Amino acid sequence: MIETILMIAISGLLTGGIYALVSMGLSLQYGVARVLNIAHGEFIMLGALIIWTLCISFGIYPLLSLAISAPLLFGIGFLLHRTLFTSLKTRAPSPAAVEGNSLLAAFGLIFIIQNIALLNWGSLSRSYPYLESVVWLGGTAFRVNRLVALAIAVVGGVAFYLFLTRSRQGKAIRAAAQDPATAGLMGININWVLPLCFGLGAFLAGLAGFLLSMSTTVNALMGLRYTVIALIVVVVGGLGSIPGSFIGGFILGIIGSIVNYWEPTLVLPAFYAIFMLLILVRPTGIFGK
Amino acid sequence: MNIATLFTPRNRKVFAAAFLLLVLIFLATLPLYGGSYYILVVTTILMYVVLTVSWTMFSGPTGYMSLATAAFFGVGIYIGTIVGEKLPLLVAVAAGGVGCFILALLVGLVTLRLRGIYFAIFTFGLLMFLSELILYLEINIWGSRGRHVFPASDEAVFYVMVVICVATLLTAYFIRRSRLGLAMQSIGGNEEAAAHMGVNTTRVKVLTFAISAVFMGAAGAIMAPSLIYIDPFIAFNMRYSFMPVLMAVFGGMGQFYGPVIGAAIFSYTERMLRLEYPYHYMLTFGIILILVILFLPGGLAGLIQKLQKARVISKLWNRGKEEQHANT
Amino acid sequence: MPILEGLDVTKNFGGLAAVSHVDFHVDRGEIVGLIGPNGAGKTTLFNLISAALPLSSGEIRFKGQKLNGLKPHQICKTGIARTFQQTKIFADMPVFQNVLVGASFGTPTRVSPSDAARVTTEALEFVGLAAMSASAAKDLTLVSQKRVEVARALATKPELLLLDELMAGLNPAEVSEAMELVTRIRDKGIIIFMVEHVMKAIMGICGRIMVLHHGEKLAEGTCQEIASNKTVIEVYLGGETHAGN
Repeated sequence: MIETILMIAISGLLTGGIYALVSMGLSLQYGVARVLNIAHGEFIMLGALIIWTLCISFGIYPLLSLAISAPLLFGIGFLLHRTLFTSLKTRAPSPAAVEGNSLLAAFGLIFIIQNIALLNWGSLSRSYPYLESVVWLGGTAFRVNRLVALAIAVVGGVAFYLFLTRSRQGKAIRAAAQDPATAGLMGININWVLPLCFGLGAFLAGLAGFLLSMSTTVNALMGLRYTVIALIVVVVGGLGSIPGSFIGGFILGIIGSIVNYWEPTLVLPAFYAIFMLLILVRPTGIFGK
Repeated sequence: MNIATLFTPRNRKVFAAAFLLLVLIFLATLPLYGGSYYILVVTTILMYVVLTVSWTMFSGPTGYMSLATAAFFGVGIYIGTIVGEKLPLLVAVAAGGVGCFILALLVGLVTLRLRGIYFAIFTFGLLMFLSELILYLEINIWGSRGRHVFPASDEAVFYVMVVICVATLLTAYFIRRSRLGLAMQSIGGNEEAAAHMGVNTTRVKVLTFAISAVFMGAAGAIMAPSLIYIDPFIAFNMRYSFMPVLMAVFGGMGQFYGPVIGAAIFSYTERMLRLEYPYHYMLTFGIILILVILFLPGGLAGLIQKLQKARVISKLWNRGKEEQHANT
Repeated sequence: MPILEGLDVTKNFGGLAAVSHVDFHVDRGEIVGLIGPNGAGKTTLFNLISAALPLSSGEIRFKGQKLNGLKPHQICKTGIARTFQQTKIFADMPVFQNVLVGASFGTPTRVSPSDAARVTTEALEFVGLAAMSASAAKDLTLVSQKRVEVARALATKPELLLLDELMAGLNPAEVSEAMELVTRIRDKGIIIFMVEHVMKAIMGICGRIMVLHHGEKLAEGTCQEIASNKTVIEVYLGGETHAGN
């Protein structure tokens, strides 16, 4: 009995940690850069597959691969916002149109990124061996890689949260999220902060991709599921609240783990049920304004 | 005689009606001289016209981007398959339409009270939600993964699709010109102001959204036989949410014929490229969508409108009108 | 009995009281002005009346009927119409269609398309925009766009019209024209409650003025009374080099 609870708990925390990272990234992109990046999951997938390639084809040590892949994704995200989404903002007739157009553009991005990945890696699932030794906790076996992933997810999430709330740059970002115009007047360079935040979101996606590649198999089509879950987490935590996404991620991770134990195919339906309930009762989410 | 005299406004309507009649006759007689392949190609084109025009019916004027087209299409496939096992084809198609109407009502009532972002998120995830739910039902309640679809002749499928397509186009056309269409445009213009002018915005949105879903569901139901075998991953495919968006945006949502042209162009292109270049063509379509959003926001129809305003074409028409007045 | 009555109307945003325990009333035949410094709560009060925002506490009655819990479209159908501080026209639609929306949906019972079109034409003629009927609303000047909003509101056949800073951004000649328009609306039997910063307009056409400050009612009275009220002068009117004086 204890082993089952422990297994569910650790599994839930690990998944929750990944959800938290992914959702914080998405929340950052929507809250500051005002783009609902439905292609977010594809960035995770890219992060995972790039690391796989670096490990398997080039023999680079996984953690070092992370040091290459995550900044690379940051760069891609930064450039994408600076070119595509900034253009959309300048060309759009109204703010509502910007949101609509950005959404459609992100929709197109899904297919672009996914098909590039399919062309490059095919549709087979991949994994690589890393830290596969087993550790016994409370009578259940856990692979070290999953525990390490969990640790990194929690540490990464907390570090990011502290960065946003305590550091100067973090405060600048949050100011820009609240009121871009005024933030601009306060000396914050909006032209850099917005793409920066979008890139940061992609960076977090890359990190999440690394953690996933370490603990499960990955393939070119895995992105969509994480996007949907991240979207639900962001709503549950509160649109625009990054701490909300962090906590919401863990909540859903644990709930998902419990449901998964009984009925794996009902995990997403369970999330949707929570989603629907929340929208009906408290659309602003847990921490939303 | 000056050919410009032919293009008076009244004559334009006559020409348009004649053109449509020709198209209808062509479609009605196609099975007589077209082979199985061509019938399927045209059926697919018509299917995309249905999906695109019904997507535009709601998302065009209101600006609420629905990403649920594939979800309704998939639900239509499943309802059509299940109902069609025991009941006639037309009943299956109707069931697909009605089922999706109800589903869309529920989705709309839950999400359309709130800002558009909730609607976008909910409709985006609906696909995965439904496919996993049906997977659960198949494994645990229905006992088998996937199912075979009842057989139907290519001609029957074709004719039903023609009917659905005509119904979709007529509905879209009349809604556009109706009180409901005016209400939706006002919502797209400024939702708060529309509400203050007496428009029951939630009711208008939910109603139109539900109506648009009927055709998506019916189209899914009638396409099921041509799939022969379905399971959640075959029936629920993001492609059917993406293609209508691409087609509508490319064709241009400002004019009625825009989505139709977009649907025709891309469904034919997809047909040609899909087997040989499965990943390349999707990649290209994604790039095209982004390029159109950036550089041609009004789509093809918007471009045509701009050219019409240019002096070349209007001169022709004006001369035609002058001559007409001179001759009366 | 006043046609519009507000009792202890309060609106809180978190810890901030945007409108605080305000009583107000508007009687038939009146043009009532609502003035006060920026942030005083004037537009918030209008938003509470038109149900764009829900009340935190208090009551608003129109023709004796409580408005609490009604939605904006229902409020419109009871006979209250409004314009907006930042014009909310339907930018891409022609001017005619803009006003047609009001005519088609703003009345409690459904109107036929021909009646709606007739009301629309009349409203556009009333505000002097008949010539611009076919132009896209976004192509008009600000003055004309404000008139579109007025025509649209009038097309809903209101008994009470809320005008939110109609004169903002207008030059003195345009202000005079707008004042004349408002007077003509009153002469048609429509009651007017207007938020304004342009003192010339307020003093010129309002029978009674209400002053808000930090969400509270500071003073109320005739133009004379308000103009000579020391607190009002100190808080708002004093030292104003306001255009239109």
